[in-house]
Amino acid sequence: MAYFILKRLIQSVFVMLAVAFLAFSLFRFVGDPITQMTGVETSVADQERLREELGLNDPFITQFVRFTGDMLQGDFGFSYRTRQPVAEMIADRIPATLELGIVALLISLIVGVPAGVYTALRPRGVVSQTILMTTLIGVSVPTFVIGIMLIFLFGVQLGWLPTFGRGGTVQIGGWESSFFTVDGWRALILPAITLGVYQLTLTMRLVRAEMMEVMRSDYIRFATARGVPMRRLYFKHALANTMIPVITIIGLQFGGVIAFSIVTESVFQWPGMGLLFLESIRFVDIPVMGVYLVVIAFFFVLVNLIVDMLYVAIDPRLRVKDAA
Amino acid sequence: MLTIKDLSVKFPSRFGDVTAIEDVDLKIRPGEIHGLVGESGAGKSTVGAAVIGLISTPGYIAKGEITLGDTDLRALTPEQAHAVRGDRISMIFQDPQTSLNPLMTVEDQLIETIQTHSAVSYAEAQNRAVDLLEEIGIKNAAERIKSYPHQFSGGMRQRVVIALALCTDPELIIADEPTTALDVAVQQQVLDLLRDLADRRNIAFLLITHDIGVIAQIADRVTVMRNGKTLESGETAQVLGHPQHPYTVALMDAVPPLDHKIPRFRLPVEDDIAVQSKTKGADAKAWLLAGEQTAPTGLSVNNLTMRFRGTRTSLWQKPDSFTALDDVSFTVRPGTIMGLVGESGSGKSTLARVLTGLLHPSAGEMTLGDANLPPAKQRSRHHPSRRLMQMVFQDPYSSLNARHKIGAILAEPLWLYGLVNDAKQRRALAMAMLDLVGMPADSIDKYPHQFSGGQRQRIAVARAILARPKFLICDEPTSALDVSIQAQVLNLLKDLQATFGLTILFITHNMSVARQMADDMIVLRNGKIEETGPSEALFSKPAAPYTRTLLKLTPKMPPEWRTA
Amino acid sequence: MIALLKRNEAVWLFVHSPAAIIAAVVAIAIILGAAFAPWVALVDPYDLSSFSLFDGLLPPVWEDGANPKYLLGTDDQGRDMISSILYGARLSLFIGLAAMTIATVLGVSLGLAAGYYGGRFDAIVMRIADVQLALPAILTALLIDGIARGLLPADIQQELRVWVLTLAIALSLWVNFARTARASTLVQMNKDYVQAAIMMGQRPIRIMFVHIFPNILGPLLVIMTVDLASAILLEATLSFLGIGLPADSPSLGTLIRIGMQFLLSGEWWILWIPTLFLVALVVSINVLGDFLRDVFNPRLR
Repeated sequence: MAYFILKRLIQSVFVMLAVAFLAFSLFRFVGDPITQMTGVETSVADQERLREELGLNDPFITQFVRFTGDMLQGDFGFSYRTRQPVAEMIADRIPATLELGIVALLISLIVGVPAGVYTALRPRGVVSQTILMTTLIGVSVPTFVIGIMLIFLFGVQLGWLPTFGRGGTVQIGGWESSFFTVDGWRALILPAITLGVYQLTLTMRLVRAEMMEVMRSDYIRFATARGVPMRRLYFKHALANTMIPVITIIGLQFGGVIAFSIVTESVFQWPGMGLLFLESIRFVDIPVMGVYLVVIAFFFVLVNLIVDMLYVAIDPRLRVKDAA
Repeated sequence: MLTIKDLSVKFPSRFGDVTAIEDVDLKIRPGEIHGLVGESGAGKSTVGAAVIGLISTPGYIAKGEITLGDTDLRALTPEQAHAVRGDRISMIFQDPQTSLNPLMTVEDQLIETIQTHSAVSYAEAQNRAVDLLEEIGIKNAAERIKSYPHQFSGGMRQRVVIALALCTDPELIIADEPTTALDVAVQQQVLDLLRDLADRRNIAFLLITHDIGVIAQIADRVTVMRNGKTLESGETAQVLGHPQHPYTVALMDAVPPLDHKIPRFRLPVEDDIAVQSKTKGADAKAWLLAGEQTAPTGLSVNNLTMRFRGTRTSLWQKPDSFTALDDVSFTVRPGTIMGLVGESGSGKSTLARVLTGLLHPSAGEMTLGDANLPPAKQRSRHHPSRRLMQMVFQDPYSSLNARHKIGAILAEPLWLYGLVNDAKQRRALAMAMLDLVGMPADSIDKYPHQFSGGQRQRIAVARAILARPKFLICDEPTSALDVSIQAQVLNLLKDLQATFGLTILFITHNMSVARQMADDMIVLRNGKIEETGPSEALFSKPAAPYTRTLLKLTPKMPPEWRTA
Repeated sequence: MIALLKRNEAVWLFVHSPAAIIAAVVAIAIILGAAFAPWVALVDPYDLSSFSLFDGLLPPVWEDGANPKYLLGTDDQGRDMISSILYGARLSLFIGLAAMTIATVLGVSLGLAAGYYGGRFDAIVMRIADVQLALPAILTALLIDGIARGLLPADIQQELRVWVLTLAIALSLWVNFARTARASTLVQMNKDYVQAAIMMGQRPIRIMFVHIFPNILGPLLVIMTVDLASAILLEATLSFLGIGLPADSPSLGTLIRIGMQFLLSGEWWILWIPTLFLVALVVSINVLGDFLRDVFNPRLR
């Protein structure tokens, strides 16, 4: 078990190193950092001196090691566009994106899991077929269209909810949260639904497929043959076995939620990391792009490590040693 | 106690309703083990499913009665029927590996079932569960009960399954192929346990199986089914010893005896798959015999060892290595059949894979004929042994490429080894070969899924023979087939061996089949050879204790039942 | 004919699935319209001389003040909406199909080889896939787009726009194919027909593509359909974000972005009609994908 976790940890470190390498290559090879940092009036000699100071003439590996080392110490360099430290820029934006992502993920789980279970247990019912058809449309409508439709309906036509920004926020130890004001929650509703709908349909369809597979298994048939009460059969026996593959995919989805928040943030002018990333692409602000990449990958890897531990908690086959 | 009358079950399909079983009659008394025997597709399992009310959707009972004691099972509401399940009728499934919920301890599953059906306290249920496991033969039950299913071995797991079926004290237990997935030693223990429970607790069993040996051993009464209908029913000795229905007679003829060797199986009256053609594949036979006129080729193996590295589970421990073959040496005499028997995990299949170059051995040497047979990593794709040595696999559903036509499958060895370079000629030869193995020539443009298991196995044999091999490895070639089909395929293999002077390594777990085929025998256990020698001598006077145990545990029929 | 229909299960299921039939009709209509856009369309939206500002902002025919010449109205430049949409769909479909094809070839080859050879090669491919998975599709696409902006001179950029976009989308989708192909290959590797082919001494290339490939086609077809839908959505999303195609060669996504300016004014058709087309196209492709999934995995029915 410890070995299983350790193996995953090593894989995670590999993924992070690879992403860091990607970010570094971006920084180093896409455009010349010196010309980006200096103006036209800087002399060639000054440019060379700066190049030497920054260590850009060192061997590639040395530069990469230094780059990684700096990152580990929280030094992410400076933005070409704003000349601010990238670390600060990103850190300011993380709470907005994370809060949005978590609420969206919760929506997708709270609605998606029960809907998946229901459609698996009554596959031929009218309600199930309707839900399935709706979700099919759900995966087919681009996130930005859902956003526009929600804005149009609840923002423009009905005027119930705000259509841009975070509304009122509260500072809690450097974390700017919209969870503590009514205004903040009102602003959060539409973007979170927009972001959650796509994940919801995925979750639902996955739960349904896995649940149907489990319901067909021998141990469910055997439990039925023993007369185990239906409720217990569905929720204790079947659902638990369904959740093992489901949590893996949800872990993978979390990355998708954070990434797709780029679109949602753009539609709702939500001041998160995604919006920052979009701006940095428009201005070819390579350091910000690279750091965003590393941060996203870090969240992804972290969530998947947590998923692996959940796995161990749920599945005794990973927890207890086999007997002969 | 259980009475089934005129039971018919249908499955709706897009071609209209398909009848799975029709007018089935059956009676079981308390304490009776009632065998329900038949080949695949006979509808045995559907009978069991109908009794417990778990026919898979969209099947339904079209007509008939099922009564248990005074209860009309068909009149029950779904809720009442569910209450009867477990309480009065219970079930044992074939595969103990998949019958238990992997996420719950054995204790949780037992207590849950007990408390569902009787109003007892948790502690009381716990006590009952432990007692039951003790009774069923699990040592140290109070401790073992806390374990998860994966922590039990196959045989122990089937005991847990039986305990679960038993824990509510049902009147009737339906056992659907309860020993098919088990090795013969474990099978014997489970059968003894069932017999004991029937006698002591007066529980009735409906024992569904394809294995006539199992029925012969423990069933009080037996019902024979075929194509959804019951053909014959009565006392086991009566039905199997003096069969009346022609199908039962044919079935009994096809069962390989353990106590003597018969030259050929008497084929069932209606050989429903082999085609009797006039030419009998004369062209193919001529072509095969026109190959190089060398003497039959033998095989010898010296000190062959195969170790597998286990999967790493801990950072500090070295992964356990597992020795599948341990210093194995033997010789297959040219032109003879060597039988290789052993239980699962004995290394039989590993040996086949090492010989054919799919696995690289850890040590040892192999010789085919006069030439050294290089191990996997040194055997090039063009090595002559690639053609000289061919293999027939166990599962004919997996050994033929489902997306290739039979013609393409049979032509493969012909062009691959450069035996026939003209496509038209290859096709003609493939058709003649189909004829030789008793298949219609128009099979050539069909796909494998259009054939039954026995027919596919004939095609697989044809493919192997078309390479003009000298040495044939048959890895459990009939264990996936029904007994009557098995007899046909075994006859075919014997004929081909005699005609073409093949040398065969015949691998099987079935002692009776081995006796019918082998000239010499090897008994393998845990990767080591327990005993080897001429077949008849080994069967009549086994030297190794293990061989004796195997022979003793193999279910057999009283000799007087045999008509042949 | 009837007998044939009855025998082929896929055909039978198709005939009995109204959703699949409608989806197929819609998808084929849009694809044909897009393919023949230069011949079908009223005006060429890329050619400024073929339309006139005087026809600008005309509503669809069923509204007041419409010009019957323009069935679904015109945009602010006076372009016929139908023509813009057909040309837009043409571009969207081209990018989607091209990206899906590249992703399929790349992913399936790597997945097949990884499953077949196993060992170190498998490990390397799967670790690369891990890294790719940590960077979700939209992020990868945005990133490649960003890199291209940084690397390519401005004049070439515009020309290569479509190809950069295609490549960006393809690279973000290949992992799906690789993982599915690998998993299916591993299942097939355990089957005796593959073992028989290896044992007989057949060439690995032949075993992979002649023996294994036809047997893993089913799940791949499903992914191809679903990923075609994803590719079209991704292109629309990137164009909507203003990072995909420029306004002078608009895809469906670009049309929607332009239409957003009219969200609050009365000219609803400029936004909602292209949106409806995009959704109809993607929904019908997804319905077909779902149908294929049912055909290849009867247990989900």
